[in-house]
Amino acid sequence: MGLATAYLSLIVLLPLAALVWKSQKAGRTGFWQAVSDPQAVSALKLTLGISVVVCLVNAVMGTVIAWILVRDRFVGQGLVNAIIDLPFALPTIVAGLTLLALYGPNGPVGVNVAFSRTAVLLALLFVTLPFVIRTVQPVLLELDREMEEAAASLGASPLATFRHIVFPNLFPAILSGVALAFARAIGEFGSVVLISGNLPFKTEVASVFIFGRIESGDAAGAAAVSVVILLISFAVLLAIGALRRWTTRHDRA
Amino acid sequence: MPRWALRLAGLSYLGVLLAAPVGLVFWRTFEHGVGPAWDAVTTPAAKHAFVVTVLIAAIAVPANTIFGVVCAIAIVRRRFIGKGIVNALVDLPLALSPVVVGLAFLLLYGRQGWFGSWFTDHGIQVVFALPGMVLVTIFVSLPFVVREVVPVLREIGTEQEQAASTLGASPFQTFARVTLPAIRWAVAYGVVLTTARALGEFGAVSVISGHIVGKTETMTLHVEERFQSFDYVGAYAASVVLALLAIATLLAMNLFRPNEATR
Amino acid sequence: MAIVAQSVTKRFGAFTALEDVSIEVAAGSLTALLGPSGGGKSTLLRVIAGLERPDAGRVLIDGEDMTRRPAQKREVGFVFQHYAAFKHMTVRENVAFGLRIRKRPRNEIRDRVNELLHLVQLTGLAERYPAQLSGGQRQRMALARALAVEPKVLLLDEPFGALDARVRKELRAWLRRLHDEVHVTTIFVTHDQEEAMELADQIVLMNAGHVEQVGGPRELYEEPANEFVMTFVGPVNRLGDEFVRPHDIELRLEPNGKSSSRATVERVLHLGFEVRVELRLEDGRELHAQVTREEAERLELVPGSEVFVRPRHTRVFALES
Repeated sequence: MGLATAYLSLIVLLPLAALVWKSQKAGRTGFWQAVSDPQAVSALKLTLGISVVVCLVNAVMGTVIAWILVRDRFVGQGLVNAIIDLPFALPTIVAGLTLLALYGPNGPVGVNVAFSRTAVLLALLFVTLPFVIRTVQPVLLELDREMEEAAASLGASPLATFRHIVFPNLFPAILSGVALAFARAIGEFGSVVLISGNLPFKTEVASVFIFGRIESGDAAGAAAVSVVILLISFAVLLAIGALRRWTTRHDRA
Repeated sequence: MPRWALRLAGLSYLGVLLAAPVGLVFWRTFEHGVGPAWDAVTTPAAKHAFVVTVLIAAIAVPANTIFGVVCAIAIVRRRFIGKGIVNALVDLPLALSPVVVGLAFLLLYGRQGWFGSWFTDHGIQVVFALPGMVLVTIFVSLPFVVREVVPVLREIGTEQEQAASTLGASPFQTFARVTLPAIRWAVAYGVVLTTARALGEFGAVSVISGHIVGKTETMTLHVEERFQSFDYVGAYAASVVLALLAIATLLAMNLFRPNEATR
Repeated sequence: MAIVAQSVTKRFGAFTALEDVSIEVAAGSLTALLGPSGGGKSTLLRVIAGLERPDAGRVLIDGEDMTRRPAQKREVGFVFQHYAAFKHMTVRENVAFGLRIRKRPRNEIRDRVNELLHLVQLTGLAERYPAQLSGGQRQRMALARALAVEPKVLLLDEPFGALDARVRKELRAWLRRLHDEVHVTTIFVTHDQEEAMELADQIVLMNAGHVEQVGGPRELYEEPANEFVMTFVGPVNRLGDEFVRPHDIELRLEPNGKSSSRATVERVLHLGFEVRVELRLEDGRELHAQVTREEAERLELVPGSEVFVRPRHTRVFALES
């Protein structure tokens, strides 16, 4: 037990502390300057904005894909289920490269979204693909089908049954998946760095901005912006967690 | 919603986002034959990158596995203050951007960092060298074994362990003969996830490695370096190696995935 | 006739759950589908409800052919063995569900729900969630929910199967009282013959996808159509081709006519109000009789005593071809 705490502190706690410490080393003004730098603000806004869109798309498509994997039956279903995890298993830099190959300047389908915000969106959708699917699947599997039959016997159409019975029970799982996707999206680096072109004020995401600051030797500035992202991320995750607990209050008898 | 519409929507989304891009990279790599691809992947730089990647994983994965099992047991079976914090810390690596991770370790072990001076005084190079890369890889791949083992430990309960104890088994014997076998598939799945994460790490090692070609490059950094040097065949070929490793990971994941019905 | 099933057949893969089953249920009656597990009773109920589509045959409710209609449009109330409570809704919201789907005005829903909650005695628990209720309470809620939309037919699938013995008995009596008040045509499925005998006006005894006999409780018990019915509906002794009920075996200390046989008492079990006597005939065959406490005392029955047994009433069934 003591060993585990030591390991944890060494590997996780200390670096975190160093980060926070460095961020305020340049004092209040230094911190504020770094954080209100127009390029930083632009990167933060872009990152947050696209992450929100990514989460919304995942909430919908993730549920759809989980649905067809659980409630449907088609040839190749097992294969599809297996490749869902590919974005997790594939290194992010390779992910970026593959998207660039297909949807970049030399892509065979004539679509070129390189160096655009669409490129960032695409990359983030790729890496966050598994999250909502994998949180929704088990819930869908265990859902009591008799509840849906009861609703039908009471006169509910399939749509009404989905709206009143299935969806409320899936919602907490969707929220969990969205939380994971959000945390991943705002910090994503490897898959974005090739395909977005990293154009400041246009396609530069927060992690790329921070990387730039480090390369320029401005560790304090980098740390300051990192802390801001951490705090925002923390706040969002807390909010999602609270919402999730509220929607599952019926389980806690 | 009609069945076929959902199926169409879901499968086309997956096709556009997942299948097509990955398929294309394989195609591009072998477009001009296996020869050029093989040559690209067997250059000294590429081979060295491969060795570095495997070496880092060979340290990070066992370390995190042992920690993972110990930590999971502590969380589930023991009482102590600050359990919430421990849980949060274990999950933290999942929420942090890899670049931020690299930065944090740079601040700790860099020349001006908290510990940096101690290490340079003793002639040990941590940042811009292998040790630093190992540390960040341990950080980012930390949570997986813990998160997989905790629910399984919770579910099997303490009865079997208590039974072993009444039959005379020492704590170590109980652990080795009762607990460990019960969690072995969870551990296996966790190890697969940890390995995948360790092999695929890019952002954090990018910050901390210094990009010294032939010395502090992992395979992922090598892919980027080849791409920036306009050696696309080299980049694709290295990607294919990593993609094959990823597919092997996928297979292992599907083999060891906790069966929801029996969980 | 409120409900008619005509020649219903249903298969699940290679397994035939129902084979050419036909029944008729009178309006306002309380009918039991009784039989062993796997006999097809739940399947028949679900076919009537529209939760399963038969491979052959028709289902008519109030003269209308419902076979092609989905459950949603049949106006049947269905109660599940494991309650199928909407766990994310309160008791009130559960009961109100059918009315909300039909877009009834808010105060109408409120009044009707209160009325029903009063009927099933759950008034104080309206704002609780199902997870906070006991099994019996959840089932009463499920009943209220099904009755809320005034169904033409009420179908219950082993409604008390998941409850413990005492609660089961209470709810049985309660269901009978409810039916006397509400008078909706009701069919319930059970494998407990005591439950069927106690509650039903008419019992449909099913086995292996076929109907064995249809009749009132007394008819099934006193005039069973075949061996299966007789053995399912009550305890029975088998003597060659003859079947005798334990309470139809007369015990005397002297022989009584030609059909009297000598037997030795092996065990005497005092089960409260009745006494079960396990006997062995001279030829080695075993028998058990049921006598009152007074008779047992009068005869001074102890293990080892010798008595003479005579069946008062036996049945023989023609062999099925």
